[in-house]
Amino acid sequence: MADSIRLEVTRYRPETDSEPQFQEYDVPLRKEWTILDGLNHVKDEVDTTLSFRWSCRMGICGSCGMNVDGEPKLTCATFLSDYAPGPVRVEPLGNFPVVRDLVVDLYDFMEKLPRVKPWIIRDDDVTVVDGEYLQTPEELDAYKQFSMCINCMLCYAACPVYALDPDFIGPAAIALAERYDLDSRDQGARERLDVLIEHDGVWGCTFVGECSAVCPKDVDPAGAIQRYKLKAAQESVKAVLLPRGAR
Amino acid sequence: MTEVRVYHRPVSVWWWTKKRSYFVFVMRELSSIFIAWFVVYLLVLIAAVGRSEAAYQDFLDWAGTPWVVVLNVVASLFLVLHVVTWFNLTPQAMVVRLRGERAPAAMVIASQYVGLAVVSAFVYWLVTR
Amino acid sequence: MTKRRVEPFVWLTFSGGGVLAAVFLPVLVLLFGLAVPLGWVSRPDREHLLAVLGHPLTFLFLLGMFVALLVHSAHRFRYTLYDGLQLKMTRTIAVLCYGVAVVGSIAAVVVLFTVA
Repeated sequence: MADSIRLEVTRYRPETDSEPQFQEYDVPLRKEWTILDGLNHVKDEVDTTLSFRWSCRMGICGSCGMNVDGEPKLTCATFLSDYAPGPVRVEPLGNFPVVRDLVVDLYDFMEKLPRVKPWIIRDDDVTVVDGEYLQTPEELDAYKQFSMCINCMLCYAACPVYALDPDFIGPAAIALAERYDLDSRDQGARERLDVLIEHDGVWGCTFVGECSAVCPKDVDPAGAIQRYKLKAAQESVKAVLLPRGAR
Repeated sequence: MTEVRVYHRPVSVWWWTKKRSYFVFVMRELSSIFIAWFVVYLLVLIAAVGRSEAAYQDFLDWAGTPWVVVLNVVASLFLVLHVVTWFNLTPQAMVVRLRGERAPAAMVIASQYVGLAVVSAFVYWLVTR
Repeated sequence: MTKRRVEPFVWLTFSGGGVLAAVFLPVLVLLFGLAVPLGWVSRPDREHLLAVLGHPLTFLFLLGMFVALLVHSAHRFRYTLYDGLQLKMTRTIAVLCYGVAVVGSIAAVVVLFTVA
């Protein structure tokens, strides 16, 4: 194995640059090093001005998402040796505005998540005093997959619909809505449906499926979205066929 | 606070050529044009059958000419793409329950092909008997 | 009550059309698009075809199938235009696509009714 590998890293300094450019850094090619290790080597030893987000280094915080050779990846879970001999292109996470270097603007994503009301909604007035909810393992399994999302936004970076229409509410938000709809403790499916039945809700999705392909946690947002479309269709048919009282 | 000038990266009109999965997706979506073509083709056939024996034969003669055959072969390839991708995506798009358990994807896909075979046999029999 | 929106119904028709296309078109296309014109199979007797087409069930089924297929195509192509060509006139595209489906559906009614 060679000694080093070349990283082509996006640099963007809004105070001086009109658009991003690439800067090349050679980092040690160590068997167990990830792209993130390479970037930290650059920042510690070569160029302290390089800006990027990271935190846990173990694929659970969702901070370090970037486009590596065009693919959305968690840089802490992507090994340099898989790209040898290189060079490897490291760009900011796709489909988001670039703030500086590898840092993207999260505002749109942060605005979309609460729109699906991601909390337990009840018809009754239970409080903590009434005691805990009881949930069987089967009831937990019903939504567990969709609860594994770490909000890393790789799915938004992979989605061509979001790339072309940033109004689309996006994969993670819909998977999150499904997580609560399927939770036995929740009674708020109707309220979430009202949000997602709009044009910028589920209907923009054309089931490309790339969101599920890049998800590091196997959440399968594409599956959640298609199931949600079917659910919306079923509710709409019921609304037409059944008299008011029976709904 | 100083103004931060965020940079919006433009999306190329050729975005779908950059990744194999995007390319297959767009081809799959374009199969819709060929499905519409087959609707037109079958309607013209039905109209010809309705008109006269001669019109029916004329239609078949036209359908046998090289360019129409090429078109129908290409369209059939896109139809195959539609069938394969549609059947493969069904298990992801809907949860099929068998005795409480979720049916495995392979079973859902296989049963659709069985359905295709049964329907094809029935239509073939209905039309040629 | 569930909000009233037309998208769920269009999507249901798109889905139904996709299933019908996948399950019914292959045999029809293989038979009438390739096998019969190319002489691999002798052509079905016209009298027999008229008898099949004349049956009310056939009429209803074919009409439903052709309409669903046309809506399926229009719906898919509409989104392909949005994504593929990044066209912005979304309302114009939608009207054009579904409009063609409507025209095709009317043609289907006319053809099927005349022959039945």
